[in-house]
Amino acid sequence: MAVIAGQQGIDLREPKGWRRTSNRIATFLMVLAFVLVIIPLGFVLFTVIAKGASIISWQFLTGQPIPPNVEPAGVGGLWPAVLGTIEITALATLFAVPLGILGAVYLNEYGGRGWLAALIGFMSDVMTGVPSIVMGLFIFSIWVLHFGYSGLAGAFALGCLMLPVVIRSTDEMLKLVPNSLREGSYALGATKARVTVTVVLPAAIGGIVSGALLAVARAAGETAPLLFTILTVTTANPNVFSGPTTSLPSQIFSNATQPYTGAQDRAWGAALTLIAICFILMIAARIVTARFSRYSR
Amino acid sequence: MEQPEQETVTNLPRTETATQEVPMPEPAALRRPDAAAQEPGPEDRVFETDKISIYYGSFRAVTDVTLSIYQNEITAFIGPSGCGKTTVLRTLNRMNDLIPGAHVEGDVRYRGASLYGKDVSPIAVRRRIGMVFQKPNPFPKSIYDNVAYGPRINGEHNKKKLDEIVEQSLRGAALWDEVKDRLGKSGLGLSGGQAQRLCIARTLAVEPDVVLMDEPCSALDPIATGRIEDLMQEIKSKYTIVIVTHNMQQATRVSDRTAFYSVLVNPESDTRTGVLVEYGRTQQIFEDPHDSRTQSYVTGRMG
Amino acid sequence: MSTVTQADPAAPAGSAHPLDQRRPLGDRGFAILALASGLLVLVILVLIAITTTQQASSWFTTEGWKIFTNNWDPAANQFGALSFIYGTIITAIIAIVMAVPVSVGIALLLTEVVPYRWSRPIVYVIDLLAVIPSVVWGLWGILVFAPWIQHIYAHIGNVVQGVPVLGSLFGPPTSGASFFTAGIILAFMITPIVTSLSREVIATVPAIDKEGAYALGATRLEMIRGAVWPHSQGGVVGAVLLGLGRAMGETIAVALVIGSAAVITPHLFAPGYNMAAVIANQFGEASGVFRAALMGIGVLLFVITIIVNIVARTIVDRSARRKRGA
Repeated sequence: MAVIAGQQGIDLREPKGWRRTSNRIATFLMVLAFVLVIIPLGFVLFTVIAKGASIISWQFLTGQPIPPNVEPAGVGGLWPAVLGTIEITALATLFAVPLGILGAVYLNEYGGRGWLAALIGFMSDVMTGVPSIVMGLFIFSIWVLHFGYSGLAGAFALGCLMLPVVIRSTDEMLKLVPNSLREGSYALGATKARVTVTVVLPAAIGGIVSGALLAVARAAGETAPLLFTILTVTTANPNVFSGPTTSLPSQIFSNATQPYTGAQDRAWGAALTLIAICFILMIAARIVTARFSRYSR
Repeated sequence: MEQPEQETVTNLPRTETATQEVPMPEPAALRRPDAAAQEPGPEDRVFETDKISIYYGSFRAVTDVTLSIYQNEITAFIGPSGCGKTTVLRTLNRMNDLIPGAHVEGDVRYRGASLYGKDVSPIAVRRRIGMVFQKPNPFPKSIYDNVAYGPRINGEHNKKKLDEIVEQSLRGAALWDEVKDRLGKSGLGLSGGQAQRLCIARTLAVEPDVVLMDEPCSALDPIATGRIEDLMQEIKSKYTIVIVTHNMQQATRVSDRTAFYSVLVNPESDTRTGVLVEYGRTQQIFEDPHDSRTQSYVTGRMG
Repeated sequence: MSTVTQADPAAPAGSAHPLDQRRPLGDRGFAILALASGLLVLVILVLIAITTTQQASSWFTTEGWKIFTNNWDPAANQFGALSFIYGTIITAIIAIVMAVPVSVGIALLLTEVVPYRWSRPIVYVIDLLAVIPSVVWGLWGILVFAPWIQHIYAHIGNVVQGVPVLGSLFGPPTSGASFFTAGIILAFMITPIVTSLSREVIATVPAIDKEGAYALGATRLEMIRGAVWPHSQGGVVGAVLLGLGRAMGETIAVALVIGSAAVITPHLFAPGYNMAAVIANQFGEASGVFRAALMGIGVLLFVITIIVNIVARTIVDRSARRKRGA
């Protein structure tokens, strides 16, 4: 096909020279940026899986721990940490998710454009940026000093971290629910509470659950807020309401600084477990979004 | 209004030789029916399409469009909503390439060369075939930088040259007198009509061969609309213009030829496909339409 | 749940409307509950400020303005925290310098280059990066990454030793656990948030502006510079600030890889410390004024990150609002 048009010789081919080169360099740099991100991700995942896979076993996950300087790493287990993580995270979720949903309900259904709702929404976003260690210091000051270390305190700290995340993600989901749904319900004579609970929340439930799962994933992986609230110990403490306890991230943190390879290996095993938990939660969130979200962005 | 006098001096070939062969546009009242002696010859064909269809993915948006656009004429595309007139317009400068899945079946020729040929670059195409959009879209830059954007990306960095080009283009768009003292101000601060003329100036600054206009006046008030219509008549002698318009009176006021599109409804899939119904000189389309659908539309019986 | 029933506007006041019995939820009670939950956010923020400052008060009173000196020696009851403030700022800057070009590059890749169908895998990769817990970054950082990069540092250190500026930044002594390593790990960690926020901002650029640039015959890079960048630069600045705030507050990964040395030095490859890390590492053993000092460092960190976040959110919100208003 001729690319020279008309008798004047108009050239329809690609502009040569710097324009084309600079465009290509730009595209290359953008792709490079992505590659630069894949490399550390791959490196971390590969290392954790490689080093942790040999440690993981049912016995590892459910056995009792042994002192850090004992080899081999296969002996001894992480049950206290697993139990701790499950209990503390579950408690934190119990605090943060209902309160977070209610907070988002306030923002979206009651607050409207008022100054208070705007302030709460804004400060909620700001709160997601509060360092997790500050949350730990906060709960230490306000709870631990009076009531001692406990899994409960750790749950409070994690709950404070999760709360603004749940509020924001729930708020976004509620915004997506079309007003026509609410109006239809009001027109049948329902009160605002009833409309919200029976129509709006169910409509948004997929996105809400998904957002909550992601918040849980974040909380499960947090260490700093637990440092001064649960006071990492090595024995299992099934009573989450009193007495210090431990969790997977706490265990990894304390083992990471041990010079003994046994302890380090156990840390890798715990890291693999933790990553697996976080991934599962993330994938669950995606599945919930895909299958159950009626309204998505 | 006067024709802008000066030609901008560039190193690109201009399409001057063809100008003499096209008859001067006559005032609408004196327009005579088609006279064979005045039909433009094949070398005046700027665009030629032959039964083209345009698809978005597997959906056929427009079908069976055959027409020729002629040098230094204003051609109007009219028709009801959804009839594909904007789709066809955007095909003429390969703007549909930006939509994933959009493709054209059939040949679209620009001055003899295939517009969708293998080695053809959309960037070069769009430089030659400019477009003005429905909603004025000046860049968030100064008025000067808006107009200078095109020349700059084509390699012109000489300040004096740029000043010249900016002034030329703004004069060409009948905007110079209004903004010459505030070229540094943001383009976003202009009124709708001024912003649209800025967009026209911006398009003229790269010295295109063709200017495509997608309902350029639909967001403007009647006075601003009138100024743009006058502008179109002024610049017609240097460019070829294709305009999509919803406003039939506008088509009769400004265009030499008119293409009427309509919608074919596919009852099974409830989809709509656009089709070119009739194409001819504007006076003929409006006063003596050959197709009954054309007649329904131009007499207002169909919307 | 309370049994407060709201007066039904359709019924005359005082009459037992047939709908009353069927409402188990107290409408007003629910509203109050929702409001209380919302207020909880504000309450918590205020409580954080109050309680931590209270716990840190003995530090503020004994040291006064000396808290801003580089004089940290708990054994000798010296608690000047300047080195930690320095460390927080330096590591955050290193992280930003590395993360921002990469994050903006990926955001542009997603919005301008990659067709929608291919964007999902890229977003998944970014999400994977985001879900890795801080402690795992730290574990990998100290046991794998730091020993490996120490060799690179040593090479660079040998090459630039003696060179005027570079020598003091990158010269010996070099250590795997250092400011720079902490900065790199932080860069990995803040990339997801800067990317996703930048992407949101860039996506608000009206398509018609981009088309306007393409219609003039622009290449993609030219279009980005002409239409996308002027619209989104403000929002991207906000996204960068949010990343900065995150980098300053990130604790555990930094605590493991920064080297735990309370010093102020231009040597980026040398061990250092920062605010979050010193709290994490030393709070357990601290008591008295020492503990108050660490608490006070926490207060400083809280104040700094709150300010950065407020500024960042304001910028991001404003640029998002501009789109919606357009």
